[in-house]
Parts: sequence; C-alpha cells; structure tokens
Amino acid sequence: MNDVIEQWQEKVRSAAAEGMSLRPRGGGTKDFFGRRADGEVLDTRALSGIVSYEPTELVVTVRAGTPLAELESMLAERGQRLPFEPPHFGDGATVGGCVASGLSGPSRLAVGALRDFVLGVKIIDGQGDLLAFGGQVMKNVAGYDVSRLFAGSLGTLGLLCEISLKVLPRPAVERTLCLGMGPADAVEHLNQWGGQPLPISASSWHEGELRLRLSGAEAAVAAAVARIGGEEVDAVDAQAWWRALREQRLAFFAEGDLPLWRLAVPSTTAPMTGDWFIEWGGGQRWLRSDASAEEIRRIASGVGGHATLFRGGDRDGEVFQPLAAPLMMIQRRLKQAFDPAGVFSPGRLYNGF
Amino acid sequence: MASITDAALAGEVEADFSAVDKARVVEALSRLLPAGALMFETEDLRPYECDGLSAYRQLPMVVALPTTEEQVVGILKLCHEMGVPVVARGAGTGLSGGALPHQFGVLLSMARFNRILSVDVPARVAHVQPGVRNLAISEAVAHHGLYYAPDPSSQIACTIGGNVAENSGGVHCLKYGLTVHNVLRVRGVTIEGDIVEFGSLAPDVPGYDLLAAMIGSEGMLAVATEVAVKLTPKPQLAQCVLAAFDDVVRAGDAVAAIIAAGIIPAGLEMMDQPATAAVEEFVHAGYPLDAKAILLCESDGTPEEVAEEIERMRAVLEQGGATEIRVSRDEAERLRFWAGRKAAFPAAGRISPDYYCMDGTIPRKRVGEMLSAIQEMEKKYGLRCINVFHAGDGNLHPLILFDANQPGELERAEAFGADILELSVALGGTVTGEHGVGVEKINQMCSQFTKPEIATFFRVKAAFDPAGLLNPGKAIPTLNRCAEYGRLRVSGGQLPHPELPRF
Repeated sequence: MNDVIEQWQEKVRSAAAEGMSLRPRGGGTKDFFGRRADGEVLDTRALSGIVSYEPTELVVTVRAGTPLAELESMLAERGQRLPFEPPHFGDGATVGGCVASGLSGPSRLAVGALRDFVLGVKIIDGQGDLLAFGGQVMKNVAGYDVSRLFAGSLGTLGLLCEISLKVLPRPAVERTLCLGMGPADAVEHLNQWGGQPLPISASSWHEGELRLRLSGAEAAVAAAVARIGGEEVDAVDAQAWWRALREQRLAFFAEGDLPLWRLAVPSTTAPMTGDWFIEWGGGQRWLRSDASAEEIRRIASGVGGHATLFRGGDRDGEVFQPLAAPLMMIQRRLKQAFDPAGVFSPGRLYNGF
Repeated sequence: MASITDAALAGEVEADFSAVDKARVVEALSRLLPAGALMFETEDLRPYECDGLSAYRQLPMVVALPTTEEQVVGILKLCHEMGVPVVARGAGTGLSGGALPHQFGVLLSMARFNRILSVDVPARVAHVQPGVRNLAISEAVAHHGLYYAPDPSSQIACTIGGNVAENSGGVHCLKYGLTVHNVLRVRGVTIEGDIVEFGSLAPDVPGYDLLAAMIGSEGMLAVATEVAVKLTPKPQLAQCVLAAFDDVVRAGDAVAAIIAAGIIPAGLEMMDQPATAAVEEFVHAGYPLDAKAILLCESDGTPEEVAEEIERMRAVLEQGGATEIRVSRDEAERLRFWAGRKAAFPAAGRISPDYYCMDGTIPRKRVGEMLSAIQEMEKKYGLRCINVFHAGDGNLHPLILFDANQPGELERAEAFGADILELSVALGGTVTGEHGVGVEKINQMCSQFTKPEIATFFRVKAAFDPAGLLNPGKAIPTLNRCAEYGRLRVSGGQLPHPELPRF
C-alpha cells in the first residue's frame, strides 16, 4: 500500500507545481453533496483494507478506500458497530467518503456525531507530505485536534489515507415505538424525554407519526417502553424502516423533484408550517422547497440554526450556510495552511475553497 | 512596537519579545481597565507566577482582570497592535504549565467571568462564563435532574474555560466523553479583537470544525468568553464494583475482558499496590492491601439496568481471576470506593515531599508492559512511582515521588517522566491524554510528531492567530528546539558520546 501512497504524493506534488486540481473520490455515492467541484478525479479505492482492529481497544484503523459495508460487517462479526450510523447513499460508499462528508445517521443526537468518533488520521497535504495526527487512543491532547478538522471537510483540506475510529458494542436490545401526535407535541415530548435518563437512540416525526427507537440493556428498554407507551413496531419492519430513513429511501426523500433542504436547529425550536420531516430529537428538520436560499437561510439563522441545500437546486451557488466574516477568514486560512496551492477539490465546500 | 520574525511564525525558532516596553503597555492598558483590574507591581504578580505545575515559575509583566467581553476585546486589540504576548488563565489548576506566564506578556485572568448566565432546561444547555467552576455547573442544575458530565479530579476548583483549553476528561469519559463531546459552542475573541462563535446550539455546523480545534488548544487560538455546555440527565442509580487481583497484568486483562463482553462501564479505574497503600492510610476506603492491583468498575442507569450490568461485570471479573469482589451496597459505600481513587494525588503528597504526575495514554493491552517498564525505571532513577489510571481509556497517571530539596531529585524525576512519555509513544499512544502539553511535555512532542507535522501545527495556529501572540512558546515545540532535543535525547539506552564522563 506504500506504493499507492507514494504515487499519490507524487501526483499531489505535480498538481501543486502545475496549478492543477484533484478531486479525491471513493464510490461516488456522495457526489450530489456539496458544491460542484473541479479537478481530476483521484480514485481512493486503490487504498483499501483494514490496518488494525482490536475489539477490546474499541478502535479500528482503516484505509480510506475501504468499502463502508466491509468495515461494518467486520465490526458486526465482533458485536460492534460505528455508533453514529453513517448513511451510505448507495453501494460502494467508502470510509474515506464517509469521514469527508461528515454525515451521521439517526443515532446522532443520542450518541454523538461522526466527528466525535474520529481519533486519528493519516493524510497527504497539499504539498505532498504524508502527515499523521491524533492516534489510536481515546484520550489524546497532543497538538491541535487536526483529525476532527477533516471530518466534513469534503476533501478540501487534504487526501485522507488512513482513519482511526472509535467503535462501540451493539446494543443488546432495540425496540421501536410509534405514537400519533402533532409536530408541536412531538417536539415538546422529545425534549422532555431528552432530559430524562431514557435509552432513546433515534426519533423521527412526519405526518402525525412519531417513531422512537430505544436501545440498550433489555431491562432498561423494557422499562422505557412501558413508560412511554404507544404502539410497538415489529422488530424486522422497524430495522428496515430506520435503515430506509438513514439512506433517504422513504417516500419523503425519494420522491418529488423539489430541492431537499436540511435545517439544523436547536432541538426546542417550535415547528414551522409546511411539510417537515423531523429527526434527532427535534434538531434536524428536512424540507422540500423551491423557496430562495436566502429565505430558507433566514428562517434557519432566525432560530440559531443553519440550512444546507442537501440535494438538488443550484450546486454552483453556496450550498452551506455562509459564515460570519471572521469565521470565514479563519476557514480560508486553514485551507491555505493545508493546501496552499489549492489542489484539493476547490470550491466543494464554499466558493473559493 | 515589537514584531515577530517570519522564522518565529513558521515555528522554526522562539519569538523574541524582549523589546516589549512595560511602561507603555501599562499606560495603554490603564486606559482600558478600571483601577484594581490591572496589576504590575512584583508583589501583586507573585500569585500568578505558576499554575498547578509549580516546578515552573515565571512572573508575568502585567496581570489584567477584565470583567466584560468588551474589555477582553480592548486588551487583545491593544496587545495585537503593540506585539505583546497574552496568556489566558482560569483557576490555575492545570498540570502542564499551560498557564505559565510570559515574561514580556499580559497574564489575562478570566477569574471574574464567574457567572452562570442561563440554564435552558428543556434544551438541556447551560450558558456559562469561562471562569465558572466545573462542579458549580452540576450543582446549579442538580435540582432539574441534570449534570455536566466531564469530571476532572480538580472539578471543585478548575474552570470550564480551562477545561475547554485542555479538553479535560475525568473518570467517566469512557461512557460520557471528554470536554469536546460535551461543549456545544464556545464564544471567544481572537487576538485581532474579532468576536467569534465556534460551534452552535444546532447540530453539525457547516465548514471546518473550528470548535474541535479550539477545544484542547491550550489558549493558543482564541480567548473564550462564554461557553454553552450540554447537560446530561442524571442516571437514577450508580453502583460500583471493587475487584482485587494478585497480579497487575491479570487486572489489565480483566479490563479488556469487560470491554470484550460488550460492557461500557460508567467508570473503569485501576490502582497498583503502592497507590492503594498510600490512599488507604489517608482516607481508609477499606481497600484490600494485599492485592497487587485493584479495579473500580462502575455501572449507572435504571435500577434494572444496573442490576443486570453489575451481574455481568461480576461474572467477567470472576472469570478473569479476581481474588475478591465487592459491590457497593449503598451510595455511602460507593462514594467510599471512589474516595480513595480521587484522593490519589493528595495521598502521594502525604507520603512524599513532592510528586510529579504523568499523563500518557496507551492502548489498553499494553498496560502490563508499561507497568513492568515503570518498575525497571524506578530502579534506574532511584525513585518510587505509584500508579493510578483511567484503565477504561488507557490513560495513565503514574505519580513519581521525589524530594525537590535533595539535589538532583527533581532532574531525575523529570528524566523518569520523559522516559514514561517516550515509551507511551513507542507503545502506540500519546504523551498527553488530558493534562495538555503546556511547557512540561514540549520536548516529548518532538518524539511524537515529525517536522512537517509540527510545521502544520504552526500554520493551524497562524490561521487563528496570525501574529503568534496567544500563549507563545507552549504546546507545540519549535523546530529548532526539536533539533536540539533530538541531539540530546538518549535513544535505545545509548547516550551520545559514551566516551565522555557524566555525573
């Protein structure tokens, strides 16, 4: 695998020297995400395989081009999993693409985001240097937390080669409840339950139907089921349903051609009028709309959140919420720090970087 | 005005601030701050000369004690204009010298930012100023059934601003995470005087994760003025298992076996025999003194959940060869089990005039190897070491006992510590799990990172602090320092120039 890394280093150096750009890409399952980016595709699948995995250390180190499905099935064999339930969005999703997109699944509010589980990275920077940050241990404050900067960087800071992730045991039991209620009640209940020691691991609300997934020890889940009430969903159906939600295969996401917006808001934000799909205890809300980006962003920032043009719409405009000027300046300088010649996926994150 | 060379900004050499004119700085600051918020006479500066790592002492040039964000903006803008270094400080409990003052700099004490601004109970968020003590947050929200999860040993004194600077952990972070997992947003001021907000009350901010960069940055990127922390529902019940082992390696294996069984304990701590003896004499926790190592393993949750988990823990520990297992019967007994572990540092202080606390993290499976190596080092350096550690996450706190009044002992203790840290790196770990690099471990950073990696850290700093004025000289070693340290480092037991006599 070292020869692949050396080839990549050479490729980056010559791209930097010639003013060319490269676009790291795994299975291409998240090509729709982010802004349209220029650059010659660099297929990361050439660098694949598990570097090390020891279940008792709760850490796995993987090469970036490894298929996400391969990693997940290996973890499952040992009763473990990626706790943040990353969406694949198609066959062939890679671990590198998963980390670069920074996306988390239904369990986000209960267990944390993808970035919370990134322990270390090995990357090639814009000058072709192979650098390692973080490591394979859970507590590590040596140097700035560069590994987490790569989570969600959409390939714009450098080329991910290896990633160390914290993994966790699969919960002993999962049960799903369905309750009928309106959006305001749902948001209120979700926040109330969130303040109590209940094993709620995922939630969704759409069209009057609130679904809750409870995960953990058998006794704790049983006690919560009895306390919350509602109707229990068949285990097999429930599992398929949460997976369909994660992969955006439910009708709300899969049908219709209006742009799909994702609003991240404080979880207690009162529901707004319109056809919303609510997840993450109220913190993530989806909307299909052709309203202007300005209008949607005004709504999001008005409640202290932010809006992303997730699918469709104008991929040449800004798809992520523009940041305050001092923050934008720091972001630009960080891009410069890692990739001074602008080799990697220019314009994928924001116009200019 | 002092100016910093390009070589210093690139991290090649230390910046030289000796041209800073104290009288002019004092005069300019006195126009920004009311009387009593600015100190510059030696006797007033003395209380600030060190933090929790008292082996390093340095008087600052001046101390500023702002009370408003506007004053912080003013101070930082002024220091930026005049090229003056700024070292931010909370309660000064840090163990790596991260808040050690700069001889030509302003020591920015955030002690007066000590208010809890608001608590949003439905959203489970507390908005606090950085000078608020860690434990004060949990105390303020306890009646809502909530608490702030990270609990460093110094939590009665350390501030949330300092926790942000160091990414502090505690005994419960295997299950509940570190500061970086429990802080939602940090509002702060850059050296250029811009007010910035890293993170958000909404999940997953767009762009690069500046909040993650800020947390654990040892005051080198920006100065925090407000922190929004996540509050966690208090578990209904917690129970603790104390297990004794007649062999430290067997105890280490039992830790791995617990994780392998799919259990994530709320806390998982280990102490070796000398540590147990030291604390037992001090707090009378009832620890078995004949055990070579003891494990403390905590379960929390609903009563049903805890009962189920404790039984599983007990089975794994029995199978792992525990010679004795006790389960806390009530809250008083649980607290007694923990009292010993939490008293490890003061207990070390009782049996030795001085002690030096290390903070390496290694993969759990290497714990046995590390403990044997430490025993060898005790002989090599002629000093005793007692070991307590966060076994669940492989974070070691060996306490090296020494007497600073005996000539040469401090130096031997430091060399002993450096050996432990370098072995931590060699075993696949890191030089610091939760105490930070500060000034203490700056040389060992050279063994953990390569030249281009260190150069990258300097560029990351420059993205936030282009003038290189926030806490200069800490956390990231200059390339020049690494070159010198590399020449001096003893590698593989071979001293450079073995023909020369040494004393």
